[in-house]
Amino acid sequence: MRQMTALRRPQSPLRDPAPSRLGYRYQRLMLTPGFRLFVRIGVPLIVIAALAGSWLAKPDNRALLEGQVAQVKQNFQERPQFMVQSLLLTGGDAALQSRVAALLPDNFPVSSFQLDLETMRQTIEALAAVRSARVRLGEGGALEVALIPRVPAALWRDGQTLRLIDADGVPAGTVDARSDRLDLPLIAGDGAEQNIAEALALYARAGPLRDRVRGLVRIGQRRWDIILDRDQRLLLPGADAPAALDRIIALNAAQDMLERDVAIVDMRKASRPTLRMNAEAAAAMRRVNEIQITNGANN
Amino acid sequence: MGDLYDSQRAMRQMRKAALQRGVVAVLDVGTSKIACLVLRFDGPERFRSIDGIGSMAGQSQFRVIGAATTRSRGVRFGEVEAMQETERAIRTAVQAAQKMANVRVDHVIAALSGARPRSYGLDGALDIAGAMVTEQDISQVMANCEVPDYGAGREVLHAHPVNFALDHRSGLADPRGQIGNRLTTDMHMLTVDATAIQNLFYCIKRCDLELAGLASSAYVSGMASLVEDEQELGAACVDLGGGSTGISVFMKKHMIYTDAVRMGGDHVTSDISMGLQIPAATAERIKTFYGGVVATGMDDREMIDIGGDTGDWEHDKRTVSRAELIGIMRPRVEEILEEVRARLDAAGFEHLPSQQIVLTGGGSQIPGLDGLASKILGQQVRLGRPLRVQGLPQAAVGPAFSSAVGLTLFAANPQDEWWDFEIPADRYPARSLKRAVKWFKDNW
Repeated sequence: MRQMTALRRPQSPLRDPAPSRLGYRYQRLMLTPGFRLFVRIGVPLIVIAALAGSWLAKPDNRALLEGQVAQVKQNFQERPQFMVQSLLLTGGDAALQSRVAALLPDNFPVSSFQLDLETMRQTIEALAAVRSARVRLGEGGALEVALIPRVPAALWRDGQTLRLIDADGVPAGTVDARSDRLDLPLIAGDGAEQNIAEALALYARAGPLRDRVRGLVRIGQRRWDIILDRDQRLLLPGADAPAALDRIIALNAAQDMLERDVAIVDMRKASRPTLRMNAEAAAAMRRVNEIQITNGANN
Repeated sequence: MGDLYDSQRAMRQMRKAALQRGVVAVLDVGTSKIACLVLRFDGPERFRSIDGIGSMAGQSQFRVIGAATTRSRGVRFGEVEAMQETERAIRTAVQAAQKMANVRVDHVIAALSGARPRSYGLDGALDIAGAMVTEQDISQVMANCEVPDYGAGREVLHAHPVNFALDHRSGLADPRGQIGNRLTTDMHMLTVDATAIQNLFYCIKRCDLELAGLASSAYVSGMASLVEDEQELGAACVDLGGGSTGISVFMKKHMIYTDAVRMGGDHVTSDISMGLQIPAATAERIKTFYGGVVATGMDDREMIDIGGDTGDWEHDKRTVSRAELIGIMRPRVEEILEEVRARLDAAGFEHLPSQQIVLTGGGSQIPGLDGLASKILGQQVRLGRPLRVQGLPQAAVGPAFSSAVGLTLFAANPQDEWWDFEIPADRYPARSLKRAVKWFKDNW
């Protein structure tokens, strides 16, 4: 009788097939540290670079990529958070504000990424009438521009043009005629604009003569002349001009000196103030003196 | 001699380079298995934090990081017989060990078990006329050894200076600096078949590996399995391998005799295979599972299925009692041991102060072998297992790996051999610059 069980096969010895020569060499190569590093890092880099390079080699693909990038960039920049809706100008008068507004973009709403605030500020400050400006993106998507205008302190006759000039001597625009700004003193002469402070100080001291002052002239780049109406001229010294002016004012107050027919009051030498009268006045004076002399002689 | 001397020197240089790189493989090319261990040299203290123990007699300077064995192909009697097959087997072992170590190995130190080793005792003498012994004198006295005519097709594998004697004082390990009149030395030289070495060298080269050392398997398994006092007092290590049985006799920590019996475990297997009419693979399995050399009454009743694959019921259901198996194995084991006895007798082993015999190798795992061996070889017989080295996997600590483990010790700190000493001055080329430098060094 046969037993109906499977035959128990003797276990075959453990199989350990020999690696092929190529497999053996491959394994040894892969265990070489330098080569392994190359495979792990170098090969992926090369593959990526090759793929990217071959794709970008076609101009169509490059254009497509650029278009995509630009689209994404625009989409991001034009999100409502970044949009500038309005312009808020503060400071300065209406004329100045309209001039400044002409320099700023007007196609609102505009993305804040397209606004170069620093350049804007420099452009605005390049205007003669603006002393300084602050430009910032304010709340509610407003472009806030705060202007500090130049305050003209005098008129400066620069050759044929009449310029407004502020207390620092910086030109702040032009005017067509003297009559446009009668409230400001007129200064002239070489180097006048560099010593604007002196001129303004003298003008401020003029006091009772203020209404009569037509202008101040810098003479020889060292001293001032004050021109009054009726072509009267006050020659002030280079040094201590305010004191000389005070003396003139005091003389005027005491003796109505300037109401008389005086052409020039020369205060250049404090120890020897000099008056020059008009030719007619001088002639009349001389005549009077001759009569007196003659009368005296007759006596 | 010069050629071999140079190639041994070259291998020592290679070993130094390998140690500098920190990774070296040892390869035990045996008849039944090829074992490959990958060692990493990192200095003695690297693994202290992991292992928690300090340096172990200098062996902790390396660690086994990869180990693999494979069934040996194309090797018979410990000699390469089929080059391609052996090359493939070496490749298998090296690849598996490399994979485990995850490091590429370029240098390999190999052991070969067969190749008909033959030992020679040499002695040389040098008159030094009351001067101090210098290194040059030692080189010279070794060069003065009378080298016997060991045959044309043979190569020197080991040449250890075993003993130095100065006048009437013998047993000096290092006579340098001592003063005497006559310096003599005893050397042990081991020669093997040149073709076996060349074949192995060629196989290893075909695997893209550099040979950084070559050792006799009997010698290195003695290094691994003899304890220190046995090496000192005199002992023989019998490495019962697959195709050959190596014998090495140690004294004063030097190998003084080596021989090999061209019989081993494979012959036991083939006896079983022939006696029981079964395939060799089954015979090997039965031998390892049920084998023994001492039969008892119990063994008559223990029946072993020896099976078969023919489809014939009667043939496939054969059984054999364990006593029968032992009856087949024992005569062959006895024959091997008697042959070992004869070789030891021929070597004069009985004159040694201690006659310890240590059985190791895969064949020493046969149950009852120590009892049988003590009947044939003498009372002082023990079974030896190799030294424990760091990182060795549990599968590779058995006695079958004693020569592989011994090779790791050989790789880590080899004993000085002839070619590790200075070249004697008269062997330099006559117009060598080195010779001139040496003359200056000696005279000033």
